[in-house]
Amino acid sequence: MQYVAPTTVGEACSLLADNPGSRVFAGATDLVPQMRTGRLEPSVMVDLKRIERLMSVSHADGRWTVGAATPASDLTHNVEFTTMHPGISEGAGLIGSDQIQNRSSLGGNLCNGSPAADSVPAMIASGARAVIAGAGGERTVLVADVVTGPGQTSLSADEFIVEFEIDDPPANTGDAYLRMIPRTEMDIAVVGAAVRLTMDGDTVSAASVVLGAVAPTAVRVPDAEAALIGSSLDDDTLAAVATAASAACNPIDDKRGTIEYRTQVAGVLAKRAAVIAAERAKNGA
Amino acid sequence: MSRTHINCIVNGEPIDFLAADATSLLDALRDELGLIGTKEGCGTGDCGSCSVLVDGKLNCSCLILAPEVEGREILTVEGIADGDQLHPLQQTFLEGAALQCGICTPGFLVAAKALLDANPDPTETEIRYGLAGNLCRCTGYDKIVRAVQEAAVKLNSTSKQGV
Repeated sequence: MQYVAPTTVGEACSLLADNPGSRVFAGATDLVPQMRTGRLEPSVMVDLKRIERLMSVSHADGRWTVGAATPASDLTHNVEFTTMHPGISEGAGLIGSDQIQNRSSLGGNLCNGSPAADSVPAMIASGARAVIAGAGGERTVLVADVVTGPGQTSLSADEFIVEFEIDDPPANTGDAYLRMIPRTEMDIAVVGAAVRLTMDGDTVSAASVVLGAVAPTAVRVPDAEAALIGSSLDDDTLAAVATAASAACNPIDDKRGTIEYRTQVAGVLAKRAAVIAAERAKNGA
Repeated sequence: MSRTHINCIVNGEPIDFLAADATSLLDALRDELGLIGTKEGCGTGDCGSCSVLVDGKLNCSCLILAPEVEGREILTVEGIADGDQLHPLQQTFLEGAALQCGICTPGFLVAAKALLDANPDPTETEIRYGLAGNLCRCTGYDKIVRAVQEAAVKLNSTSKQGV
């Protein structure tokens, strides 16, 4: 295995195109353990962290641009970002320990393709876009369209994510991400739920509901969104949100949670995240 | 197997060494530089026993490829004392017997230093969350948490005397 650290996006693209079997990485918190067990044998490891564009967070013209290799802690410690996008920051802040969050990136969390990736549901709920570079230039797609199945993405072998574009939320909008794990820290989501709401007084005028860890990819729940819009989050609405969220589940059974458990908890978390998102929307978060 | 020439600063000293590209920073520290204070526990970033600071940030050295640290500044457990004067954390860990087998201790010391550097007066909850990436199979954590609390008091009184 050869290590290379390009300093420009173009250089990284050439390295990928010229070296079959090469892999890009940022924090490598999943890649290095896979290499150690022999599951992954890259010919070249392309370190993206020396490319400035991938390691910067900026806010201009009504949107945030977050470098795909930027460590999660740079986002969670960014008060301005966290105030505007608390749900994304909450998700990024749940990925492993401080040690991991000083390495793990939004780009890696997404492209790893885990259905349980904590930073992904809130990014989808916020309509975030991924700017993807490859030999043919750059293209921009919705984050929702990147992961196609467990460990699978729509990127070709010579492409990688450069940065994420996250528009400032409309007025009176709030979001929240909640996850369930069998202990208090350091585990992988059994269920994750992100909700983003825009409020008109006490009435919901726009809603996004996205679940993680309950299907092969993160999933939007249009029925829960439809139940929320026009409501004032009364008990009947929240019950409908929970029912819709549970109905959207197609989870696995594993040591962390059974299908029945994940399905039920998805409903509970969707309700709770909706309540928090509405409070934040009203408080101008 | 290609070996890369790597220049970095380890515990304040400019240093250079050769390492195969797939070598972890942990193995480079231990095998190339002889700094065997940093321990391997899990090798997968779960246990924190290989914790070091890279440019001041807490990291698992088992997850870092050695060539990544070109030009970076590394602090290992060997670098946290001031010459023969133990760091207050090392003192309180010793005095409070906040260790048993000791394998996790270097990682805890480095992680606790990172915690106190960022937050000099943490609550017990903040200490427990701040050290959640470090596992200890012996102590039950209570003595470790108390040692960090006592070190915080020591460090704060020292810094106040300094003013």
